[in-house]
Amino acid sequence: MCHQTVCLVARHLETHGITTLCLGSALDIFSAGRPPRAVFVDYPLGHSAGKTFDPTDQLAVVRAALGGFASLTTPGDILRLANVWGDEAWRAEAASTRGEDSRQPRDETPQFQLPTDRDAAIASGALEA
Amino acid sequence: MSVNYMQAIRARYERLGYTPYRWYEADDTPPWTAMTKPLSKARVGLLSTSGAYVRGQVAYHYKDDTSIRALPNNVAQADLRFSHITENYLVDAKRDPNCIVPLTQLHTLRDEGVIGSLAERVFSCMGGVYSQRRVREEVAPAVLQGLRAEQVDCALLVAM
Repeated sequence: MCHQTVCLVARHLETHGITTLCLGSALDIFSAGRPPRAVFVDYPLGHSAGKTFDPTDQLAVVRAALGGFASLTTPGDILRLANVWGDEAWRAEAASTRGEDSRQPRDETPQFQLPTDRDAAIASGALEA
Repeated sequence: MSVNYMQAIRARYERLGYTPYRWYEADDTPPWTAMTKPLSKARVGLLSTSGAYVRGQVAYHYKDDTSIRALPNNVAQADLRFSHITENYLVDAKRDPNCIVPLTQLHTLRDEGVIGSLAERVFSCMGGVYSQRRVREEVAPAVLQGLRAEQVDCALLVAM
């Protein structure tokens, strides 16, 4: 869903004069949504900017992705990075059509990562007590 | 072979008895704004759809929250938080935000001169908004306004 959202936002920005580059790891959603410029890294969702605790990989991914600003010259083109995740077990799980709905319940109360974040938001005046 | 998420999600929801989600499928040529300067001279903006917020800000909610947050580009990693309807994809980002909010990488690339400068404030949203109309009419204009205020030449949009 995030990939669809960036496709729509990128199209809006580009219509209004801002050059965009989308970086993500769902090739099919980018192919369908056709943002102006996209870079695909074949990693599990949640790692579009590189592997966890791997600053070398993180820098390599973002550096290669930014190259797309110059190398992507046809609207809708997708640059595919050569980076390889390694352990490929995540693929079967990601492509599974079984299992429960893993999404969180949908309501309109802020979902703080930590309970103390709520206190911090109240203290800063961002949230009413 | 890359994962076909649209197909997998359609089938998974069908099995759970939900109405099939109608993904956005473009049938036109994407809009295009050419770069007017080399990246090494450009001011670069950032949007992450990972639901990132800074401690002290209000977290996102999960019912098509179309609000955005501005994050200082020098925010301490320890102060970055996440709230997103698909929390399951954030297990690693909560330990190491750089895998989805590439601020450390962009600072390094700015120091190297690969990019000219980085916007003072970068942006986040909770990308799990199901209403495409609300993404177009609410999220996208808010991001445009934020990026314009930051006077960026181009923007990197990182999807989760």
